Amino acid sequence: MNIDKRIADDLAANDISFVTTVPCKQLAGVIEEIDHRTDIFHIPSNKEDEGMGLCAGAWMGGKRPAIIMQNTAIGVTINTLATLIQYYRMPLPMIISYRGELREPVACQVEMAVHTKALLAQLNIPTYHFHWQKDVEEFDNILKYTFMCNKPVAILTDANFWGGYGDQ
Amino acid sequence: MIRSEILQDIAPILRDHLVVCNIGIPSQELHAIDDQPTNFYMLGTMGLASSIGLGLALAQPKPVIVIDGDGSILTNLGTLPTIGNNCPDNYVLMIIDNGSYGSTGDQPTYTSMKTDLAAMARAAGCETVVEVQDVDTGPALQAALGSGKGTVMIVKCDSGNAKMPVITMDPVVIRDRFMKAVAG
Ligand SMILES: [Mg+2]
Repeated sequence: MNIDKRIADDLAANDISFVTTVPCKQLAGVIEEIDHRTDIFHIPSNKEDEGMGLCAGAWMGGKRPAIIMQNTAIGVTINTLATLIQYYRMPLPMIISYRGELREPVACQVEMAVHTKALLAQLNIPTYHFHWQKDVEEFDNILKYTFMCNKPVAILTDANFWGGYGDQ
Repeated sequence: MIRSEILQDIAPILRDHLVVCNIGIPSQELHAIDDQPTNFYMLGTMGLASSIGLGLALAQPKPVIVIDGDGSILTNLGTLPTIGNNCPDNYVLMIIDNGSYGSTGDQPTYTSMKTDLAAMARAAGCETVVEVQDVDTGPALQAALGSGKGTVMIVKCDSGNAKMPVITMDPVVIRDRFMKAVAG
């Protein structure tokens, strides 16, 4: 299974046509896949809260959005999640690279990983954790759930899900 | 002129368009001067008016006017390259540059010192950047809307706020009536 293509296909099948990204090494393949597709408009952001602003505007303009980002950015997006996405009740699938989990080679990444689920739980954000490649089978349901309830929803995808870093 | 006097001046132009208005006193002023379903008021989230407006302009064809501030742009400077590289023709970013953080007590921003937002916008890739004095805002906004080109306006004015009530409308109501206006 090509996991990058599977994720992009599920986005497109759920009519998600506006995707903003802040890169992560683990997300390089899916970002490239989204960039190549003609049925998804890709707009890179410089910061994740900026990206959430773009998504809020796109949704009010009639397009279904998504953001692809790294978990280290949860800290800088808490205010935006609380006072924009949640306060105005907007749907936002967040496909998040879960750095600092099993098979992570960079120790510093663990420092935000240990806070990631606690912060999302504190914000009452529905959170899913993809650890095995087969977990992607839930992605389509998660997208449907997000646009059913108009909430931000986090999909944490760890290094094991992406197949590790080759030598780790 | 201060911002509220500019908003009073351009209200007849804004009324016919989708407007995304910056957090704090700018939204309170616009709401008090001329509340419209086509206005999206930010009640929180400093800095993101330009980004919300850009997403909106990219997603649908109607013109979008963002009323932003110097302090807000400085908070979200990454927005300028994103606008510069993706600016649609239906996007007008009006930065009301009064050189101060108006909603928090008129503390000076760096645009009241050495920082030049117009030059920064140009350097970020924004192709149509116009600098306007407060009294000329109306005609400049009309020209930007008529040009069919995405435009960044830097409107220079005096620091100061009008005393307006806090917006008590529910955010979901603001958002819902705005989305109906967008789709209508
Ligand atoms: Mg200001």
